[in-house]
Amino acid sequence: MSAKRIALLILALTANPVLAQVPSGGDTPGASTNKTPPPVTGEQVYQQVCQACHMADAKGGKGAAMIPALAKNPKLAEPGYPIGMIVQGRGAMPPLTDLLKPAQIAAVATYVRTHFGNSYKKPVTEADVKMMMGQ
Amino acid sequence: MTTRRQLLTAIGMVGGSAALYQAMTTMGHASETQYKGSPDLSGARTGASVLVLGAGLAGMVAAYELNKAGYQVRILEYQNRAGGRNWSLYGGDTYTELGGATQKVGFAQGHYLNPGPWRIPYHHRTLLHYCKTFGVALEPFIQFNHNAMVHNADAFGGKPVRYREAAADFEGNVAELLGKAIDQKALDADLTAEDKDKLKEALRGWGMLDKDMKYKSNLESSEHRGYDRPPGGGVNGAPIPSALLPFRDVVASQVWKNMAFFMNHEMQTTMFQPVGGMGMIGKAFQRQVNQMITFNAKVTNINQNKAGVTVTYADTASGAVTEAKADFCVCAIPLGVLNQIPNNLASAKKSAISAVPYSNSVKIGLQMARRFWETDDYIYGGHSFTSQDISLISYPNYHLFEDGPGVLLGAFASGAGAYRLAGMTPEQRIEAALAQGSVFHPGTYRKEFQTGASVAWSRVPWTMGCCARWNEETRKTHYQELVKVDDRVVLAGEHASYVGCWMEGALLSSLDAITRLHKRALEA
Repeated sequence: MSAKRIALLILALTANPVLAQVPSGGDTPGASTNKTPPPVTGEQVYQQVCQACHMADAKGGKGAAMIPALAKNPKLAEPGYPIGMIVQGRGAMPPLTDLLKPAQIAAVATYVRTHFGNSYKKPVTEADVKMMMGQ
Repeated sequence: MTTRRQLLTAIGMVGGSAALYQAMTTMGHASETQYKGSPDLSGARTGASVLVLGAGLAGMVAAYELNKAGYQVRILEYQNRAGGRNWSLYGGDTYTELGGATQKVGFAQGHYLNPGPWRIPYHHRTLLHYCKTFGVALEPFIQFNHNAMVHNADAFGGKPVRYREAAADFEGNVAELLGKAIDQKALDADLTAEDKDKLKEALRGWGMLDKDMKYKSNLESSEHRGYDRPPGGGVNGAPIPSALLPFRDVVASQVWKNMAFFMNHEMQTTMFQPVGGMGMIGKAFQRQVNQMITFNAKVTNINQNKAGVTVTYADTASGAVTEAKADFCVCAIPLGVLNQIPNNLASAKKSAISAVPYSNSVKIGLQMARRFWETDDYIYGGHSFTSQDISLISYPNYHLFEDGPGVLLGAFASGAGAYRLAGMTPEQRIEAALAQGSVFHPGTYRKEFQTGASVAWSRVPWTMGCCARWNEETRKTHYQELVKVDDRVVLAGEHASYVGCWMEGALLSSLDAITRLHKRALEA
């Protein structure tokens, strides 16, 4: 990713620091005791997290509003785009840093950039993710 | 005889209102809710009009109260149904989620799944007020069941235990350890000799310790955790104590999380549910405002100027585009959706709308041919908690003791578990729920299963998420901007409250919003 783009994204991240989500109450099943092993590969992360909204075919959905398609999405050419979305969230999409570690984020960003009709071969690295998280 | 009210009035006269408040608080009043009764909307100008966007509880209570105050009210609703997230799925219903998967619900008559709200705390006074006013029959929601189960893959060899046993053993062992700490003089800096005696007495009584301050398998501990042979009549009437669980496993089971869960103010008993499904509340609100609602209306633009508010909407069936105009607007559209609707609201308001992400949650209803949890396991309502993705299963609080089927809640997932379940097809979700729920009722769960339905909130076409998720930082930066009246428009909904993800929050937010909008209208 270009130095300018990185700088812009870091600026955006610093302006909206990603904080650990404070439990905001609400009707929940209670504090999680979940022991399910976390996803490791990009495909696993996609299927176990992203697919909940972006769908198995990555075509997103359209109702009262729209969930963007990741399939054939030219914005994915820029690796900072998927990383930024996962780290920061946008609109209804939450930041997923309390759920995913940098290695998982790198794996899934690489996965969506090389699947669903996207072929941006250069892998996203854990270091890219950590840099954008300000680590 | 002096009534309590007379006494309070007398205190108020003598000591002023501060003393009155203190006295009321001491007696357990005045701190449970911010509900102050019906909003004062007197003096509305003749002909003044309000457009309400969204026929969920926030939108409908706004319409009801504003109409009562003399405003001309119209509601635009995206769905062909009122109620919003207040919703029950019954046999015969069809539900299509984002992505196109369609489920035909096959539950027996009188049984249902509440995909969204399903229990009402006793202190949600606003909601209880409108339930009473609109004639919604309520019944107890069985929140706390000591005989339900706790399962954790890391404890007891992966076998579930009764909540009662795990909780009693957690408390008993903690009491014994604290007693030891006292005897080993570890707490001498904090406690006087008299304090220590009193605390030891408390630990004995609370933790069911014996005279030597030990938590053991005996009739005392069995009073909390249950017996191997319970007390009976006649020859074999004498009870036999039960064995304790290994304390290491009790800690590993994290039963303390479940214990702490029930201590939350909003999870404390008494809780309620409407007779016949949570959706009865939405239906009751709808009866009050039905003639004001335009269904199948997808809002595509919100624009205000000096003259009024113009909302453009498209009919979801025909695509026909229409403009609706009014003097004012109460917008009760969830933020994730509103964020994508073009508008000319103030930029700080727009920033606030886009700053709040939404939670995910999955609920799955499973109809079983017979109520084996009651007949075989003596579980009547309440929840069994698990470390699997489904989080818990919850047993129905209605039609107890019947021979026929029962619909239990086979999953109430959040976080990682909810994402995993949401990403599945409806068929896969049912399969996962059956596989995971079987840990509590092996042998019967799959055998008795008849039909199921699931709702993944990230794929609900009209909210695209479950609830607004604020954190400390977004509250500080954006909350006041979000709730502020922006000239002629005000937002309402659970997202504009500190009672997030509860119907009470939607109602309190809306009553506050229309009170401020009314004040603005009078200034116009």
